[in-house]
Amino acid sequence: MRRVQSTAKHSLWVAGLFLVAQAISLAAEPLRDDLDAADRQRVAAVTAPTDDFSRPEAFEAMSGGAGTLTKAAAERSFSHANSHMAFARREDFHLGEALFSKLWVSAPASTQASDGLGPLFNARACSSCHLRNGRGLPPDGNGDEATLILRLLGGLDFSDGGKGEMGGRIATPDPVYGQQLQTRAVQGQQAEAVIETTYQETAFAFADGTMAWLRRPSVQVHSLNFGPLAAETIFSPRIGPPLHGLGLVERIAPGDLQALVDPDDRNGDGISGRLARIIDPQTGKSAPGRFGLKASQPTIRAQTAAAFSSDIGLSTSLFPAHGGDCTNRQTACKKAPHGAQARLGPHEVPDNVLDLVTFFSGNIAVPARRDVSDPEVLRGKELFYRSGCIACHTPKFVTRRSTQSDLNAFQLIWPYSDFLLHDMGPGLADGAGGAGSASELAREWRTAPLWGIGLTKDVSAQAGYLHDGRARDLVEAILWHGGEALRARDAFAAMKKTDRDALLRFVRSL
Amino acid sequence: MIAQLNRMAAVASMAFVMVASSAPAHADVDGMAVLETYVDIALANYSDALMAARKLEDAIAALVAEPDEETLHNARAAWKAARIPYQQTEAFRFGNAIVDDWEGRVNAWPLDEGLIDYVDASYGTESDLNGLYTANIIANSELMYDGKKIDASTITPQLLAGQLHEIGGVDANVATGYHAIEFLLWGQDLNGTDAGAGDRPFSDFDVKNCTGGNCDRRAQYISAAATLLVDDLAEMVANWQTDGPARQAVLSGDTNQGIVKILTGMGSLSYGELAGERMKLGLLLHDPEEEHDCFSDNTHISHLYDSIGVRNVYQGSYKRTDGTIVKGPSVSDMVKAAKPEVDQELTDRLNATVVAMTSIADAAENGEAYDQQIAENNETGNARVQVAVDALVNQTRSIERAVAALNLDALEIEGSDSLDNPNAVFD
Repeated sequence: MRRVQSTAKHSLWVAGLFLVAQAISLAAEPLRDDLDAADRQRVAAVTAPTDDFSRPEAFEAMSGGAGTLTKAAAERSFSHANSHMAFARREDFHLGEALFSKLWVSAPASTQASDGLGPLFNARACSSCHLRNGRGLPPDGNGDEATLILRLLGGLDFSDGGKGEMGGRIATPDPVYGQQLQTRAVQGQQAEAVIETTYQETAFAFADGTMAWLRRPSVQVHSLNFGPLAAETIFSPRIGPPLHGLGLVERIAPGDLQALVDPDDRNGDGISGRLARIIDPQTGKSAPGRFGLKASQPTIRAQTAAAFSSDIGLSTSLFPAHGGDCTNRQTACKKAPHGAQARLGPHEVPDNVLDLVTFFSGNIAVPARRDVSDPEVLRGKELFYRSGCIACHTPKFVTRRSTQSDLNAFQLIWPYSDFLLHDMGPGLADGAGGAGSASELAREWRTAPLWGIGLTKDVSAQAGYLHDGRARDLVEAILWHGGEALRARDAFAAMKKTDRDALLRFVRSL
Repeated sequence: MIAQLNRMAAVASMAFVMVASSAPAHADVDGMAVLETYVDIALANYSDALMAARKLEDAIAALVAEPDEETLHNARAAWKAARIPYQQTEAFRFGNAIVDDWEGRVNAWPLDEGLIDYVDASYGTESDLNGLYTANIIANSELMYDGKKIDASTITPQLLAGQLHEIGGVDANVATGYHAIEFLLWGQDLNGTDAGAGDRPFSDFDVKNCTGGNCDRRAQYISAAATLLVDDLAEMVANWQTDGPARQAVLSGDTNQGIVKILTGMGSLSYGELAGERMKLGLLLHDPEEEHDCFSDNTHISHLYDSIGVRNVYQGSYKRTDGTIVKGPSVSDMVKAAKPEVDQELTDRLNATVVAMTSIADAAENGEAYDQQIAENNETGNARVQVAVDALVNQTRSIERAVAALNLDALEIEGSDSLDNPNAVFD
């Protein structure tokens, strides 16, 4: 419903866009051309949501298929290779892991393969913002911004004339500060700004009198060292999402995602969903976006390279600027020494390093479910399914078959996400400024996969939920849902306490 | 910080208390006694590291007071001696949260050397912006770091630890620890994969006949870094003493989880860290300085004592710097009781790794430094390093067998006899 409105608004900007966008969405992704008819039937049967909550479903404890981690791992729950990975292959996994936690240093340094940090950066290592491969830490509201990243949404990108598959739905960077604010810089360079997050607490009372406190973040930026931000730039605060199961997500058939899109809300559930379309920096072709909190990258490799560039300031073959997110208006930054060595290739992060980090990031095991046959968990599951949560938190997929040996191929997986973008309402929308033309992007978030979410606090006790970590527990996270998810959220809010507890118990068992 | 870590450890150990409730196959060896040995070795080993660091601090004080060939040589020798006990303590990483969160302060790598002192302009980049290479702490009494102005008019431990190190709050900025001191004692190794280590002259510390500029500030820096190293190690020794939080975290948690922690720490150091990050990556990237102790060319000693440290915790036996031996019931005893052939295999493989590391060390002591051994065109040297990498990988495989033999880490998934078999895999 909202989708129709916003598309219509676009048609005022670009004549004919509406029809073009419709035509594109009808030119659907092929439906499972990797499967023969018999397999297609098997897959359809096994992925249909259950309506039997008297006992657990077959396979459901193994959230990540054959690679599921079945060991108790506590703080290392997101730190194991896919269980079915051959021992010899794990060497690459560990090399990638080492690079993921490598602290990059400023150029020039003796460690020629490890320099090139910045000049502007947010973190020195990938692992700084994905703690033990889990979530980043949210600001504490008292001056410690922890691992918060502030993305900048400028205007909308109509470089394809608004006619292409993107339909102008890509945010342009801020002309001076780029795609995000880097709050750190190497010695001798100026960081871009200081971010200050404060929270305002509001109380929420359930009908039975139980209280919940919701903290609304307010992000201020000061000490801007390169002049003002563009008037229409919107702040989009984020923390790093967890990494387990990404390779499985990459292998979900595009047609299976496309099939979940319902822009006109034909089934009347209040939920539309949009499949992000992105130009893959590797192929130059349009592909579904599935990675990142706004589904802004099509592959793990592209996501990894984008993070190297904007978070750490390192060049790769996909994003070759040595200065990362330095813009042409930041001249000292552009001229600073870089870490590329002719001997090691033209980029600060050579392809073999990018490939190892990509392999690592794509093969972290999803932890097994706990307590799947516990009666309360099963009751919670029923409530979760019947309250409309699964309209976006799609329980399961079967990943694509592959002709190559691929650990992530043809697995029944239980991510509890449709990986589509949804309007999540004003409460979760990117804020500050807000009047920019990207404001509709500001309301959209990719459905967060829920597998492993019950182990979040084991991996990092201070971690928070949602894109900016504002929610301190799962109750808060659910209560923040709005927009397309408002109906399901209201259903939760109206439940009696034992039902809420059961639903939460189910989510914690994921 | 420590309170926070304790909380994390508590959460971690409570999370899976239902684990391994089935009777383990090593009932005749007391798991608690094995954990006691482990924490006793940790205390002795960190205490040795602390004593060696105090000697290093003294030698640096002598160097700064009277810089000459001899005091520089003595300080370098003290640094090398300090690495021997410290590297063995690395077996306590990867599992003890208190150690993992502290480690970056003392042994962080790679080093942001351009942040500390002058570096050779020809070394890093094709750029000709030489002015930027002097943007370091020693040359600048006021710094612009992380976008903030920092008063660095006097270089103190507080400046290094409080304002520069971990300045971003989450990841470590490498301005302190063994490698910062190493860089200040040796300087950059400008020989690539040719013979020779860093060659900083003692006059870099001589305020009267100063080379390299800012000798007073360089002296302040190295003294402050040495003091910090002693302080940090003293803190870790306290963590392992009777009521120390690291000791308590091991002893008060689930015993079986504690044993698994010892083994997974051994495996993580062997495979991911040592075989992977520190050795294979250097071969892979063809980077002569992608070695652990690159300024001093002491990498072979670091690697050797890492592998000895892994063996120590398995065998429950540690030879202290003074020659006395700390010994007690061990993980090896437990594995032997459960599956003697697995214990034998792992013991053999731990020994094989030490042998392979010793041959790298011997070659290095005979003039073929570790960075030469991993050079692109040195087939014999590469092969020698690869033998050690393979040995580490093999021992990790055996460590996994040991974990399996003890039957300690399987997550009990209830309901596996259900008709629907939720634990099966669709294919």
